[in-house]
Amino acid sequence: MTAPFLALVHRDFLLAMRAGGGAGLGVVFFLSVVTVVPFAVGPDLALLARIAPAILWIGAMLASLIGLERLFAADVEDGSMDALAGAVLPLELVTAAKGLAHWLATGLPLVVAAPFLALMLNLDLPGIGALMATLLVGTPAVTALGLIGAAFAGAFRRGGLLIAVLVLPLAIPVLIFAVSATNAAITGPVPFGTPFQVLAGLSLFALVLGPVAAAAALRAAR
Amino acid sequence: MCIAPNAGLDDSWSGLAFVGESLACRRGTRLLFENLSFSVRSGEALVVTGANGVGKSSLLRLAAGLLTATSGRARLEGDAADTRMSERTHYLGHDDALKASLTVRENLGFWRAVLGSQGLPVEDALDEVGLGGLGRLPAMVLSAGQKRRLAIARLLVSRRPLWVLDEPTTALDAQAQARFAALGRTHLQAGGLILAATHTPLDFGPGARELRLGAPR
Repeated sequence: MTAPFLALVHRDFLLAMRAGGGAGLGVVFFLSVVTVVPFAVGPDLALLARIAPAILWIGAMLASLIGLERLFAADVEDGSMDALAGAVLPLELVTAAKGLAHWLATGLPLVVAAPFLALMLNLDLPGIGALMATLLVGTPAVTALGLIGAAFAGAFRRGGLLIAVLVLPLAIPVLIFAVSATNAAITGPVPFGTPFQVLAGLSLFALVLGPVAAAAALRAAR
Repeated sequence: MCIAPNAGLDDSWSGLAFVGESLACRRGTRLLFENLSFSVRSGEALVVTGANGVGKSSLLRLAAGLLTATSGRARLEGDAADTRMSERTHYLGHDDALKASLTVRENLGFWRAVLGSQGLPVEDALDEVGLGGLGRLPAMVLSAGQKRRLAIARLLVSRRPLWVLDEPTTALDAQAQARFAALGRTHLQAGGLILAATHTPLDFGPGARELRLGAPR
């Protein structure tokens, strides 16, 4: 069962990286949001540092959702989903594999880009470390929850609006605890660990819920 | 046409039968068919014919497990109890299930890995459908007929007893259609089962029967 799983991850990753795959879109969006903010709020370094975790996380969260609306829709339209039903993988692992590939292509680059963008917002070194840790733990959760919206978008042939409406409310707790963990590392008084552990818990929950719910949505639409 | 028939070496298909029992299918408010029973035994092909919209595709999707029957059931008899039917079935639908930006070889290699139950190696399967030497081209430059052949090659890279084929020869020229019919006959000789819907007559040999779906109600 491992080889088919990895084959699917590999194919989806290749598709994202090839021309028209849109792997770079998320990072470009993230970059645009973060670079525009200092122009909007003015060159107050103290203020920028204070709102940096929130800005960076809002940017990363929205960037994680880019491209999700085509994740299953493309496979439904070209018949791949029908053929995948005959795979030796259960549908839950099919959705998980596609989610993993999507995160590798769009989520992981956000984590890598974050420290450079954080410098532009005057975030200090402990803050950057905390930001990367929360992004590493939190963006997989956003992608996993995004799978649910992606599955609906694919199954019922409705566009990206559905993703924002369905997924953003589910992802709000992730945002809250990720930003408060990052803030805790910079200013305190709560220790970094407390909100971070809640974030990790939310993430584990989402990693289980996302693929299972997405598979259920795809089955319901058959 | 020379597939080395390695059938019957690892598992025997001779005891298999695909049976539909009083199937009914309702799409929305329209009853496509009801009380439809059929059976396809090992080495047999059942060709479903009928006018457009009569429910051929629905019947095939139902057989492939992609659609749930309103009543009745379809199952593969004589199979080991622990195998899922979806892992014994190839479904070749209207769409080719190809990714334009992947090469021919990557497309087929992906299906070989994901569908499991190893059949022919990728290069052999490409030779078999007349795409030998095109493995490095991206699928987007293939013609419609070549894409169809690549989709057909999927049937060969994973060895499964039941082929469910929905208009398999669309876009194929006469020569390729004959070649496909020969692939089907080889599959039947190896003990396979075929359930196909088609408008073009395909010569699946002596094991072929016809199931005519009536007018929709």
